[in-house]
Amino acid sequence: MSKRYELNKELAQMLKGGVIMDVTTPEQAKIAEAAGACAVMALERIPADIRAAGGVSRMSDPKMIKGIQEAVSIPVMAKCRIGHFAEAQILQAIGIDYIDESEVLSPADDVYHIDKTAFSAPFVCGARDLGEALRRISEGASMIRTKGEPGTGDIVQAVRHMRMMNRQIAEVAAAREEELYQKAKELQVPYELVRYVHDEKRLPVVNFAAGGVATPADAALMMQLGAEGVFVGSGIFKSGNPKKRAEAIVKAVTNYQDADMLAALSEDLGEAMVGINEEEISLLMAERGK
Amino acid sequence: MRIAVSCVQGAFAEHEKMLRNLGAEVVELRKKEDLDQSFDGIILPGGESTVQGKLLQDLKMLEPLKEKIRKGLPVLATCAGLILLAEHISNDDHVYFATLPVTVRRNAYGRQAESFYTEGSFGPYEKIPMEFIRAPYVERVSDDVEVLSVTDGNITGVRYKNQIAVSFHPELCCDTRLHEMFLGLCSS
Repeated sequence: MSKRYELNKELAQMLKGGVIMDVTTPEQAKIAEAAGACAVMALERIPADIRAAGGVSRMSDPKMIKGIQEAVSIPVMAKCRIGHFAEAQILQAIGIDYIDESEVLSPADDVYHIDKTAFSAPFVCGARDLGEALRRISEGASMIRTKGEPGTGDIVQAVRHMRMMNRQIAEVAAAREEELYQKAKELQVPYELVRYVHDEKRLPVVNFAAGGVATPADAALMMQLGAEGVFVGSGIFKSGNPKKRAEAIVKAVTNYQDADMLAALSEDLGEAMVGINEEEISLLMAERGK
Repeated sequence: MRIAVSCVQGAFAEHEKMLRNLGAEVVELRKKEDLDQSFDGIILPGGESTVQGKLLQDLKMLEPLKEKIRKGLPVLATCAGLILLAEHISNDDHVYFATLPVTVRRNAYGRQAESFYTEGSFGPYEKIPMEFIRAPYVERVSDDVEVLSVTDGNITGVRYKNQIAVSFHPELCCDTRLHEMFLGLCSS
């Protein structure tokens, strides 16, 4: 395993216990940084607006991303389409700290994901279950997040994905050694990764929650379910008081087991983003890229 | 021995694992009530210094901890922790504990593309594994600060009285010497 890949995994370790926020302008990026974001995701439209606008959604304008890189000192992430390695090359060229090969954008390839081992920049990818997570890792992802369902403000899918991953990790950990080969076959992943999960009882990389986090309670829920940090997309800048909500979610991630503090943090946050329930959406982004 | 670890954000779990392997007990610091427990030293882990600094302040832990460090509580600070301890940050207006008379530069090497691994000597030790991840380095030290490591001409490890601070991440690998040095400081 290359030292570069190790360093990229380790950057994700440094983000743990933190909140990564979607921002669309340098001003939003500054608000996010001041509120305690451990990184920002630079994109032209947040998922809720992508969902509302419809049409093909692509990598953001590099100029817009550079504006955000100049505005903040924390790591800056940006999204490319699933399988669109040319977009990823462009993001790497502008010195992005983490590339999100994301189902939020329209997939560019309905068969292949990007060969992320060909890049020096780190990648984070979404996953709904252990098989997806390990497939992305074998392709070179150095960080995983649940897919959840972006832009809905509905936490149910993120919960489902995190529980599924936890259950499958427990199954692999409990399996007898000779059963691991069959597990690798079922999960469609390399044996070595299954072996790692068996021995260490965890994914080989950091795992964040994403897709539907809208409140401090949502963030605490995901942390208690085993997330190592949280992405908040539309939840902050689609809400009534972004600064206050952002600060509250950051503190909720640190003190996710302290109900008294969570109660105080949940007070007076103004309007939460308007959510969409699972059965109301026609486009399931989580179904993109398996 | 009981060692407190700042758990507001970052790679604190890695330090905790290292401490437990060396037989120390861990006290997690997430809110000010946690400071009521007794401990013999404190670790400030890597992560994002802006986040950690803000949370330590907002959660009312910064001042009491600063007082403890001033009074001689041993502290091991790695990466973001070094920034929190520094008296001056050359490319940032913020200061946090400001108990360590050095000037540091944040993200001194640049973005993630510039992160690197090397091995180097640190105080009495040779071949210490050193991961630099969007790391800071020390630009200036006051006369009474002991320089423990220099990497490519830049200061990356210092000791001042009860404070050891490094740019890199001794918690990420398997080399326990730096933590042993720190535990030695805590027990003396």
